Amino acid sequence: MTAWTDSAQPALGTMYRMQWEEAQQCHVLLFPEGMIRLNEPAAEILKRCDGKTSVAALVADLESTFGEPDLRADVLEFLEQARGRHWIR
Amino acid sequence: MDATGSGERGRAGAVKPPLWLLAELTYRCPLHCAFCSNPVDYTRYGNELDTGEWIRVFREARAMGAVQLGFSGGEPLVRDDLEELVAAAHQLGFYTNLITSGVGLVPRRAEALKKAGLDHIQLSFQDSSRELNDFLSSTRTFDLKQRVARTIKDLGYPMVLNCVMHRYNLPHVGRIIEMAESMEADFLELANVQYYGWAWRNREMLMPSRSALASAEAVVEAHRPRLEGRLKILWVVPDYAEGKPKPCMAGWGSVFLVVAPDGAALPCHSARMLPGLEFPNVREHAVRSIWHDSPAFGAYRGTGWMSSTCASCDDREKDHGGCRCQAYLLTGDAAATDPVCPKSPRHAEVEAMVTAAAGVGDTGGTPIRFVPGARRSGELVFRTDANARAQG
Repeated sequence: MTAWTDSAQPALGTMYRMQWEEAQQCHVLLFPEGMIRLNEPAAEILKRCDGKTSVAALVADLESTFGEPDLRADVLEFLEQARGRHWIR
Repeated sequence: MDATGSGERGRAGAVKPPLWLLAELTYRCPLHCAFCSNPVDYTRYGNELDTGEWIRVFREARAMGAVQLGFSGGEPLVRDDLEELVAAAHQLGFYTNLITSGVGLVPRRAEALKKAGLDHIQLSFQDSSRELNDFLSSTRTFDLKQRVARTIKDLGYPMVLNCVMHRYNLPHVGRIIEMAESMEADFLELANVQYYGWAWRNREMLMPSRSALASAEAVVEAHRPRLEGRLKILWVVPDYAEGKPKPCMAGWGSVFLVVAPDGAALPCHSARMLPGLEFPNVREHAVRSIWHDSPAFGAYRGTGWMSSTCASCDDREKDHGGCRCQAYLLTGDAAATDPVCPKSPRHAEVEAMVTAAAGVGDTGGTPIRFVPGARRSGELVFRTDANARAQG
């Protein structure tokens, strides 16, 4: 598996759907017969995996939205794990 | 990854809402599988909920927090309002799963269901060979299922292939995996047969030997690395042979709610046969009160009901004492420790059943000739209306 490049545009895997669940009070990832509860950082990253936003833009957006510089390494690490689990492609 | 919110809507230490709603739309089915999990007397429950009643159930369960909805049966495609039901469920925010034999899934309906918002299709196969597939289901459906698999993939649905595994088809497991691969399935569920309903009736015929299971599992493990990232194989643990009680339904009345065709609300598919429990009907009760207040859903919740064997066991919160239906079928007491557990005082009987399975002639690999109406002892009893009436 090659590393994510700045210009890559991650998208949710075709069998996954993300939505806010009131009863869970968190975002969840739904897939055939299953559900994953997402913590806030995971949800914020996955929300931006829309197949149109580049990795560079995604990182910049998160940094400005949360007023935190240097999120790049954390975001890349999460994207790598998420791809390993087939949540994104 | 477990950032669950606080139970704002629950009382302290209260019961969590159901996450999974299984809508058994009908017990009608064009197939006659000898391992069907429907009740052996299913013809008694033919008074099906109508479209409006089902949608009300969906709305009530969704409002509580249920998020996965399985359309099952019987064969759910027998219902001509399936598209309408899927659309309603999708609009409510459910992830919608169709669990089907494929019979009736012509391209026109597969497209209409896609448009209605169906998220995923689980297609059952009985075997990799036409002979055995058609024998076990007592229908000619093998070629049809191949076509349906193509339709499902062409429309871009995630596809799970499900194959119930037992003495007859375990020797074919390699070919079943290759079939799933060639169909571009996303998941393959190798569901070692669970002995309920018709499968319980046919258990002596279906039960594989330990060595047949071990050989099949070795084949599965040999294929896994090659399929990494393409096809995920789920090997459902054969609990009789492995002596591992399953955490049935993740706990009674914990996450899973089944509504049977006639509206009976059940904690699992087969709970209805348990004596002494009155299962509430959605025609008479709101889903919320069924889940929270009915004695039936509370009966085996938590650990208070457990025998001393389970109550003193470190795994009691993990396996919940195994399966209540299995405990009842094997011991006559639904609150007993599941006898597949080596700690059960009745475990020797399960061991004896598995050992006896090794003595029965090996039928694997050779096609069996279909014997119409076979009813003699030692032969499979197929799921048919006539056989169901005979059970009632």
